[in-house]
Amino acid sequence: MRRQAAAGIDGADAPTVAKAVDAVREVYQPHYRAQVLARAQSAATTDRAFAERLVYFWSNHFAVSADKGAVFGLAGTLENEAVRPHVNGRFIDMLTAVEQHPAMIAFLDNQYSVGTDSEAARRATRAGERRFAAKPPRQFGINENLAREILELHTLGVNGGYTQADVTSFAQIITGWSIGGGRGRLAGGEPGHFYFREDLHEPGAKLFLGKRYEQSGLRQGEAVLADLGRHPSTAHFIATKLARHFVADDPPPPVVARLAKAFLQSDGYLPHVYAALIDSPEAWAAQPQKFKSPQDFVFSSLRSLNVSPQRPEEVLRSFELLGQRQYTPGSPAGWPDNAKSWDGSDALMHRVLWASQLAAKFAAGTDPVALASSSLGSYVRPETRTALRRAASSTQALALLLMSPEFQRR
Amino acid sequence: MRPVNSALTRRRFLLGTGALAAGAALPGMLLANASGAAPGAWAPRANSARLVVVILRGALDGLSAVPPYADPSYAGLRGELAIAAPGAADGALALDGAFGLHPSLAFLHDRFAAGELIVFHAVSSPYRDRSHFDGQNVLENGLTKPIGSADGWLNRAIAALPRDSSLADRAVAVSQNVPLILRGDSPVISKSPQITADMDEDLLARLQDLYSTDEWFSARLSQAMQTEKLADGAADAALPAMMGAPAGSDRVSALARMAAVLMRGEGGPQIAVFEATGWDTHANQGAAKGVLAQRLGGLDKALRTLSDELGPIWSRTAVLVVTEFGRTAAMNGTRGTDHGTGSCALLAGGAVRGGRVISDWPGLSRSALLDGRDLKPTLDLRSVFKAVLGEHLHIDAKSLDARVFPDSSGARPLQGLVRA
Repeated sequence: MRRQAAAGIDGADAPTVAKAVDAVREVYQPHYRAQVLARAQSAATTDRAFAERLVYFWSNHFAVSADKGAVFGLAGTLENEAVRPHVNGRFIDMLTAVEQHPAMIAFLDNQYSVGTDSEAARRATRAGERRFAAKPPRQFGINENLAREILELHTLGVNGGYTQADVTSFAQIITGWSIGGGRGRLAGGEPGHFYFREDLHEPGAKLFLGKRYEQSGLRQGEAVLADLGRHPSTAHFIATKLARHFVADDPPPPVVARLAKAFLQSDGYLPHVYAALIDSPEAWAAQPQKFKSPQDFVFSSLRSLNVSPQRPEEVLRSFELLGQRQYTPGSPAGWPDNAKSWDGSDALMHRVLWASQLAAKFAAGTDPVALASSSLGSYVRPETRTALRRAASSTQALALLLMSPEFQRR
Repeated sequence: MRPVNSALTRRRFLLGTGALAAGAALPGMLLANASGAAPGAWAPRANSARLVVVILRGALDGLSAVPPYADPSYAGLRGELAIAAPGAADGALALDGAFGLHPSLAFLHDRFAAGELIVFHAVSSPYRDRSHFDGQNVLENGLTKPIGSADGWLNRAIAALPRDSSLADRAVAVSQNVPLILRGDSPVISKSPQITADMDEDLLARLQDLYSTDEWFSARLSQAMQTEKLADGAADAALPAMMGAPAGSDRVSALARMAAVLMRGEGGPQIAVFEATGWDTHANQGAAKGVLAQRLGGLDKALRTLSDELGPIWSRTAVLVVTEFGRTAAMNGTRGTDHGTGSCALLAGGAVRGGRVISDWPGLSRSALLDGRDLKPTLDLRSVFKAVLGEHLHIDAKSLDARVFPDSSGARPLQGLVRA
């Protein structure tokens, strides 16, 4: 059973593993490409731009990385199935949907986490005693990866007031949170969907953050998530991240306080939190405060030019070149959200290269000076206007516009 | 210190074989005296020394990379993840009778034999919790806590380089962007191995003009244009932009190669940083073979590439390989390991006085483990960093304590890591 649970690669030598991984990637490649294209098209054409930006914010907050084989074909589905339905709803609902999404379960290994006192563990021990009296059965145990990242990255934040004991306890609480499918004894649930495997779950009441959770099975973890989703540390953490994303790398404390208050007062009803953000004067600073990430840059360029990519390659190449391959932040912390992480000199050169390529493709028939006004309004500086007018060609003018300081910031 | 029966006792391998003969067995004797007769006190000429820092993000399992196979608790704790003793099938590569190297680290093993590798074990930064992101912050910001500095210690070290160094402003991050360890006031260039050739010179000139009223953009563009010139003769070191490829072992080698090409160039940087990811082995990490073995093989290959490409410069080079923390001493329920504390670190290169394992080994018995689960760190990584910066780059002790690593008086620099 253990062998199957571990996706069949245990004990295999490296070439065999690499071959299996390649085969899996081949199966999922079309899905990944389709998701990346659909996202770019949505970003380029939506008439609900703020909501779309919020989707990317939350999708990055609840980051999974397509670099991990098991997540490759699923990364975009988490955004569409767990984030989008709740972007204008309650945080607790989004949180629960995300932590029960197969992409998150697989990304943070929870399908392998087994309670040491679970039915499955006891069964294996009995079988082991029968069959391999001379050799002790393999230890079952928890994997604390998902539990830790929920606390550190999704809810309370690293200084949110939990201990290693809380991490361990929470990991036990969510044992059994798994994915449907499988063969033999593992068969159960709908393949590719969330499935609670009762027999892997560590039974009994548990203590977490000083509170005793008496619920049994799946309900126990959901009760913890509901408490986490309305915890003051969570409110502060989410408020800080929203303010950093929409206002400034060093979020002004009054904005953070305002958002956290709206979060707590509305029990995590997100539209109220967004309203507090929009009502914050700091969000409307005369000087743009944020240096665009590559993703911001690509999507805002497409929107300015009013073009929508037609082939996945166009999008994949763009993000490969600019160092932000879609859905691959690499770590569960997501992509960094500050200028210092994106402002390398080499990165700037890559932006110039990409802007030149995009301009060469789309400059025909555009008026870069007019485009500057339509996309940047009053933010266009006089020297930029002059540079655009004096450019050697409309292609060069367009590249200059895309690379102008005012277009590179937001 | 006297020999005992166990193959591995607490202080047995503190100094490695050479120093052991001298009888200097207490940690204090390994450290500089507090007043700091700093190696740089007599201000040697700006040196031609090169330093490469390789950051392994995700927490390397030090107990697999450098298996302490002679520890009586090792095999039991590790189960099927244990690396066997040298000589056994798929066994470790022998170092000193107690520690070995993972069988995927053949190049590093050769360097050890050649006296060009020091292996540190049971090390960590001052960070004691188990968040990757905070752990990496502490590893890179040089402080004792994850927040409080937007600068990296290596950037502050550049500012403290001896004044007559003609290379004082030349460090490169081999990536598009600059990692925290190199961020700060000292100018740092970045250069990824991707192709950026065939830029329109006229467009760049006009951009320079457009940026003339915006210093932030202007500085970056100038740096980028200078770096392109430096890498100009190295078109063959560039990688074609890869399409959706996973971060494979060849990618790390490509980074190493670009670092070497830049460093060996006329006026090239003295310091380079690159990073490798994929060390967060929570499940199915494997032992002599498997996922972690592949990563280690990729690292070994990258360091071989670095050495080959640096050519004669290798003899003046020190390469520091570090990770944010270690992993649990015992295997977890999913044939992997969870976030831990103590790990290993490596110092390789022609400039290194190697062939030694330096470890005040705490042991792996249940009572010796930190919180009953992690290898207990007995050496602060800053003691290694300070020694390398002092002995190799001749940064004075006062700067190291005051500016580069504030609040580090408890972490005195080791001595004698680098060849005189």
